[in-house]
Amino acid sequence: MQQKKRFNTTFWLLIVPVLLWLVVLIVLPHLDLLISSFQVKNSAGENVFSLNNYLAFFNNDIYWGTFLKTAGYAVFVTLLAFVISFPVAFYLTKVISKKYAGLLVLLLLIPLWVGELVTVYGWMILLGDHGVINHFLLFLGMIDKPINMLYTDLSMVIGLLYMSMLFMVVPIMTTLESLDDAYIEAASDLGAGKWTIFTKIIIPYSMPGIISGAIIVFMLVIGDFLAPDILGGKHSLWFTEQIYSKFLQTFNWGEGAAFGFLLLFLSSAIVWLALKLSGQKLEKVGS
Amino acid sequence: MIRSLPNSTGYKIGYRIYITIFFLFLVMPLITISVLAFNDSNFIALPWEGFTLDWFFADTDERVGVFADQDLIDSIYISLGTGFIVAALSTIVGTMAALLFEEEKFRFKGILYFLAIAPLVLPGVILGISILLGSTYLGEMLELRFGIDVEMLRPSYWLVILGQFAFAATYVMLLVSARLKKYDRTLEEAALSLKATRIQTIWYVTLPYLKPAIIGAFVVAFLLSFSNINTTIFLIGSDPTIPIDLYSRIRFGSTPVLNAISFLIVLVISIFALVNFFMYRKK
Repeated sequence: MQQKKRFNTTFWLLIVPVLLWLVVLIVLPHLDLLISSFQVKNSAGENVFSLNNYLAFFNNDIYWGTFLKTAGYAVFVTLLAFVISFPVAFYLTKVISKKYAGLLVLLLLIPLWVGELVTVYGWMILLGDHGVINHFLLFLGMIDKPINMLYTDLSMVIGLLYMSMLFMVVPIMTTLESLDDAYIEAASDLGAGKWTIFTKIIIPYSMPGIISGAIIVFMLVIGDFLAPDILGGKHSLWFTEQIYSKFLQTFNWGEGAAFGFLLLFLSSAIVWLALKLSGQKLEKVGS
Repeated sequence: MIRSLPNSTGYKIGYRIYITIFFLFLVMPLITISVLAFNDSNFIALPWEGFTLDWFFADTDERVGVFADQDLIDSIYISLGTGFIVAALSTIVGTMAALLFEEEKFRFKGILYFLAIAPLVLPGVILGISILLGSTYLGEMLELRFGIDVEMLRPSYWLVILGQFAFAATYVMLLVSARLKKYDRTLEEAALSLKATRIQTIWYVTLPYLKPAIIGAFVVAFLLSFSNINTTIFLIGSDPTIPIDLYSRIRFGSTPVLNAISFLIVLVISIFALVNFFMYRKK
């Protein structure tokens, strides 16, 4: 009995702050988001139930166009991040010696800790009409007038890729580290070529890492605000930018909430789908 | 293909070139900023006009360096303060959550755990607007029902702290849980059988074991807070953090002082990362 009572004190001591965190800062705000998205102010200034916020979205092709474009680009950037990152992850875990791998991983982490704002700003200076890349190309005589790279979809994709790539490299590295070299050696001894080893052993083995990486990259890209806003052009509208403008420029919070909820729905649906298709649990993504 | 297998020279060289290009891509923006922070020009980009320290120390009508720009200094202090409070709060609650989910059994544990890791896959913008809506609603209700005006519930310093804490705690929880999973439970059982209370056991046995993970998690939480913009931008009042300040400067016309402050951030982070790396290697 005594033992049991002590156990309870600790339990309550631990659960109360955790409940406060989850209920007050996660559950209630998101419920508020859902409720606000179904409310508009009537002529008397009272909040009434309405579907107008969602109708505004579906009746305006700029809104749902941007929504679809954001989703499409997010998938595209995720695939691109995988193609670019996989050889790097493989190189760092299986090819190069452990001594140098540590330093290279450190180099990989620095842009992350420096923060997205600084790196996006760096790309802005690199890609601009008077930027570093154009300056060098002009200097070398390879072009005679600046190429327009900044404020296009290209610069936006570079920015999105740059800030999210790392989150693909690290989970893949984690799974590859546990891949026993003996499998690859055995396959090679039995006459398998590189491509066969790659598609039959390495890729299937690293699937959990690839899925974790893809989910995190997709989430980061779809919810990103800085790269589209600073590096993207007038026509590279991103859905988060429209949420931003609803909240902080036109102060139409109802529509903003509806847009936010749609984004939340889309991202959760895609994450759920990825988890279902790969048979993974969300818990695994975190670790 | 791997270390132990022979490869053709072409394959090896090709692979190496690819990796070199990748890492060049990675460091290019950082190096560009760092070099241009010392450019004696009033524009943020090239051409190179000579070396100067003006963008750090100058205080003239034409050029204001980082250390003379009071607004910038203020936002650095705000960011540091926010970072420490967020890191402290999320380290405490995140560690509690790790202990709760790893060591206790209770009803609805699955749902609660799901909520606790949700911020990992929740876009930061959504968290920002949700907390903004929630706090505004609560503020309006308190004012209407009880006539109390709660300053904290308007976009402000405190709201930013709550918003950043909401997701930083998840990262702390995951980092601490990872170490807790490797914990030898017999140590706790030994302490309990020696008549230590459960709280004493956690305090004197479990927490010292978790110390490296907790310190690491504190640093991660601090860095998350220091560089966050997606959530912060919706909750900020009149005191901008450094990323918000830099964002508005980039948006509304910038001078090379931006290069200088970015260089300082890159410098501090790099030194910190290197020190951390070599300390870790010694162990």
